[in-house]
Amino acid sequence: MLNPNQKLKENIFSPDVEQAPTRDGYGKGVLEAGEKDERVVVLCADLAESTRSHWFAEKFPKRYIELGVAEQNLATVASGLASYGKIPFIASYATFSPGRNNEQIRTTIALNDVPVKVCGMHAGVSVGPDGATHQALEDIALMRVQPNMIVVVPCDAEEARKATYVAAFNDKPTYLRFAREKTPLITTKDSPFEIGRANVLWESESPDVAIIACGSIMHNALMAAEQLALDKINVMVLNNHTIKPMDMEAVVDAAKKAGAVVTVEEHQVMGGMGSAVAEVLAQECPVPIEFVGVQNRYGQSGEPNELIKEYGIDTNAIITAVKKVKERK
Amino acid sequence: MAHLHDDKIKFLEEKANAIRQSLITELVAAGSGHTAGPLGMADIFTAFYFHILNHDPKNPLWEERDRLILSNGHIVPIRYAAMAHAGYFPIEELNTLRKFGSRLQGHPERTRMLSMESTSGPLGSGLGQAAGIAYGARMDGKKFRTYCLLSDGEHDTGNLWESVMFAGKNKLSNLTAVIDRNNIQINGMTEDVMPLEPLADKYRAFNWHVIETGGHDFEQFVSAIEEAKAIFEKPTVIIAHTIPGKGIKEIEFDYLWHGKPPKPEEAKKFLAELRTLGGKIKSEHE
Repeated sequence: MLNPNQKLKENIFSPDVEQAPTRDGYGKGVLEAGEKDERVVVLCADLAESTRSHWFAEKFPKRYIELGVAEQNLATVASGLASYGKIPFIASYATFSPGRNNEQIRTTIALNDVPVKVCGMHAGVSVGPDGATHQALEDIALMRVQPNMIVVVPCDAEEARKATYVAAFNDKPTYLRFAREKTPLITTKDSPFEIGRANVLWESESPDVAIIACGSIMHNALMAAEQLALDKINVMVLNNHTIKPMDMEAVVDAAKKAGAVVTVEEHQVMGGMGSAVAEVLAQECPVPIEFVGVQNRYGQSGEPNELIKEYGIDTNAIITAVKKVKERK
Repeated sequence: MAHLHDDKIKFLEEKANAIRQSLITELVAAGSGHTAGPLGMADIFTAFYFHILNHDPKNPLWEERDRLILSNGHIVPIRYAAMAHAGYFPIEELNTLRKFGSRLQGHPERTRMLSMESTSGPLGSGLGQAAGIAYGARMDGKKFRTYCLLSDGEHDTGNLWESVMFAGKNKLSNLTAVIDRNNIQINGMTEDVMPLEPLADKYRAFNWHVIETGGHDFEQFVSAIEEAKAIFEKPTVIIAHTIPGKGIKEIEFDYLWHGKPPKPEEAKKFLAELRTLGGKIKSEHE
């Protein structure tokens, strides 16, 4: 059942559940951060509207910096602004930032340890018709291997808003990952959110399997949990939004309770959140794991739902993985 | 235009000579590193740390300090030497260059020594950082200036030109870039590897104010810096023509000295040359 302590939306399984893209959460969160603290500046590489940076630009035109299609400069100028004392947010498609400018992020932001907030938009295959070039599937891997970097993947627009706001004040280089498409709102204003603290969204008294998920694919994990319950398979769903520093205690606790794990993410299985979970569990609590995610392929054009199915991250794929890992216990 | 009086010029020349000597000693102790570029920039670093910068070595993070961003991080040994002579840290610490546990990393890291201002080495990303600082400072009405030292070779990178465009667009007149125009890079002469000329015209086309000057003439170089302060509405680039290996005749202009340190016996000879000002005076040292 849905964890009442999480104060989640009540109608999340209803067909008319409210939906919004997580990038909207970024747009609102950075605006709130900007209202709170005038050190917050937003840098944009010719993608104001689709990154939702335009809301900040309209309210704070003097703190909005347009760089044109220049993602390497996006990172280096932000680094300079941060070392001077500003709190820069840089927003672009994740394939370009942190894709194209990965070295600049490494040297001038992460190694340099300045509090630039790298906001990767249009992550995952659910970007849809734009195709593989614009569907980031490796950004978590790129960012989580950087020392000093905090990595957060919010599960819905509301959590994205909170994550963006909180990241403004954590004084660390931070990567935030957002999706293009509308997805159901799961959390509410009152749901707890803390970077580095995973939340149990769905709980069972004695879970057979723990589903550990992140990002806007979370709704599929909850749908799977609900359907599995009808088959008398009990799971718990952990919203593992912070890939780094990961909430090791919560991940190990889930593995201990359930004895088997399925990880779910809209990212390459190699190097992603599931890999990070496996690194923890291999040391602390080795249990069977199935990884739901993209299997060493690039995306392609199509409708978001078609692609989520094609790449094996839909609700059915999660259900299959849960059943499979349960047999491996 | 501020002119340097003769005593100041003499003082700067002597400082530069002492800094070059420290550099040679430092590189021999390290056993690896770059020689030609740092020697070629000895006079410019001396000018910055002993005349141009508004700074306080005892309070290196003073908020109003001028910022000096080194983009081509591989020449950092000469910055370390100049900073040690300026009082940022003991001159003896130079012998820890590139050694385990040292703050003096092979390429500069701000987190190990905050007075380095930035972390650099991978080429092409310093000007963006300097432009970011200058932009932020202007937002807050700060009066300090931001300087960025660039190599000529790093003008091969795309990132650098993105930053040139950005600074030109935003008329960052509180930003001055200085190009170490020594015409060499690892694989040979810059004009053979990837021609940069007409470099001055390129910057002009990007809405920069351009000054060409000698990189070993203190009076000329300081005049260029002063001229930049008087230019509004544009960032300024000073293309400083330098001689790689400057100060040691045997290696001047030789690109093979880009990326290696002197051997101990070579260093002895080089130090003697510096101490005797090329044989003009006697030295009491060996």
